[in-house]
Amino acid sequence: MAAISRDEVAHLARLARIEMSSDELDHLASELDQILHAVDRVQEAAKDDVPPTSHPLPLKNVTRPDVVVPSLTPQDALSGAPASDEQRFKVPQILGDAE
Amino acid sequence: MALNYDGVIEKYEPTLGLEVHVELNTNTKMFCGCATAFGAEPNTQTCPVCLGLPGSLPVVNEVAIESAIRIGLALNCSIAPFSRFARKNYFYPDMPKDFQISQYDEPICVDGFLDVEIDTDEGVKTFRVDIERVHMEEDTGKSLHVGGSTGRIHGAEYSLLDYNRAGIPLMEIVTKMIPGTEKYAPQVARAYVTELRDILRSLGVSDVKMEQGSLRCDANVSLSPRGSGKLGTRSETKNVNSLRSVERAIHGEMIRQGNLLENGERIIQETRHFLEESGETRPGRSKETAEDYRYFQEPDLVPVAPDATWIEEIRASLPERPSVRRKRLQVDWAVPDKEMTAMINAELLDTVEATVKLGADPTKARTWWLGEISRVANEKEVEATSLMTPAQVAEIILLVASGELTDKLARAVVEGVIAGEGSPRDVIEKRGLKVVSDDSALMAAIEAAIATQPDTAQRVRDGNIPAAGALIGAVMKATGGAADAARVRELLLQHLGQ
Repeated sequence: MAAISRDEVAHLARLARIEMSSDELDHLASELDQILHAVDRVQEAAKDDVPPTSHPLPLKNVTRPDVVVPSLTPQDALSGAPASDEQRFKVPQILGDAE
Repeated sequence: MALNYDGVIEKYEPTLGLEVHVELNTNTKMFCGCATAFGAEPNTQTCPVCLGLPGSLPVVNEVAIESAIRIGLALNCSIAPFSRFARKNYFYPDMPKDFQISQYDEPICVDGFLDVEIDTDEGVKTFRVDIERVHMEEDTGKSLHVGGSTGRIHGAEYSLLDYNRAGIPLMEIVTKMIPGTEKYAPQVARAYVTELRDILRSLGVSDVKMEQGSLRCDANVSLSPRGSGKLGTRSETKNVNSLRSVERAIHGEMIRQGNLLENGERIIQETRHFLEESGETRPGRSKETAEDYRYFQEPDLVPVAPDATWIEEIRASLPERPSVRRKRLQVDWAVPDKEMTAMINAELLDTVEATVKLGADPTKARTWWLGEISRVANEKEVEATSLMTPAQVAEIILLVASGELTDKLARAVVEGVIAGEGSPRDVIEKRGLKVVSDDSALMAAIEAAIATQPDTAQRVRDGNIPAAGALIGAVMKATGGAADAARVRELLLQHLGQ
């Protein structure tokens, strides 16, 4: 059984705002399916006694004190922006909800 | 015919759900050392971390963790011994990273409750609001939509982003479904947010200013036909920016949903926006097409595993619950219910308490703050606390108590302090507001009063003691209120052989 359907790949592509042709979807669905099957095999090795990890190092509680450090200047902050106006990042029309 | 609120309640039972977002008042952001000052110039409080630049790494603010735990404990939650951050992915430029760091299935606090009191037809009743979770996340940037007619996103040509707010620590406090509030649903919602705000303020973890957005409420409500035992479809109302709006939004939404159901229409699960002017809501994004956030654990951050001893230390340092404190102060100060409510609504409880702590009589302290000072504050459209300090008010009250000032002179001192003439002592000095305690000066004024009102004086001599009031009044007027009325009365009656 396929681990991921072509429709699911199309849905993910839409969420990630990646435009994909029909051919690309066919191709990627089969590739992702193989990748997921490979991951399944890893999961077979990781039994219940192996807790899921989110970080490669066994660290916890890494924090910093609540002390202000200098920020970037607005010029530096905006230097990588494709467009800016009124000291703000300028972005194309947004579709969706107003804040 | 359209159903009114009572009509809706007769046929349907409401179920509430409330999500409150609160910005912490930490010096720095959740994951970087940028400052968090409100109202700074755009994009002056950003860095590679909160701008999501490649190669930057977030590190958790230790005070934010402590604040989260304080909030959880104050809301009777269990603190998770192990919790993690997750990425909430979405394409919307209010977060430059294209995701928000939040918590998903491992929040820091779970399973709490908050009791709120409501005035009902059967007297004061307690409703328990169960808390599902409190989790940590980061606030988003602010968008300015340019073009189009309404300043709203629809029809805007482009948007301008200020990321000063992006990354400010944000706590999301989510209730479980709240059934059984019946017709009091709007009041329960308001009372919950009010109590929550008071608790957060007493914890000192946030400014809790709804008008500045440091406390924001999303109100969910659904209706189910009475006796059906089936939950209705809910709507979620955003943009509720005051306590009064929380109540109005729920009220308005219940009427809207009730009428839709009555007409056989379906409630759509959606986000709606509260309209402050009309008290109604307008539709926002439909949740049926809401994005899939593809949550996954944040690989750049390590787990938060607070030490049990530390949690107990924090628990031991929690302040008195605001509702308990209010009751205690009301008893201690012997305040009638109505005045207590007035003091709470005016948000002057802390101020009055500070004044009392400096030695002032509680009733006098309350009267000054809620009376004269609030009156001037209303006129000037400022906060009463911006006009005077508890220390100044306490000083004036103590001067009246010791007989150095009369009530009338005290009013002049308050006026002078508010006008910026300096401390109460300065005002007394500059305006010459000293009680005339010199009996000979008083006697001169008394004789002058008798001379202008000989008939009145005769009536007093004849035993009509209440008639003395007119003479005392004349003396007080002549001395500009600087005389002690009781002493004037004593001297006058003595002088007239009474």
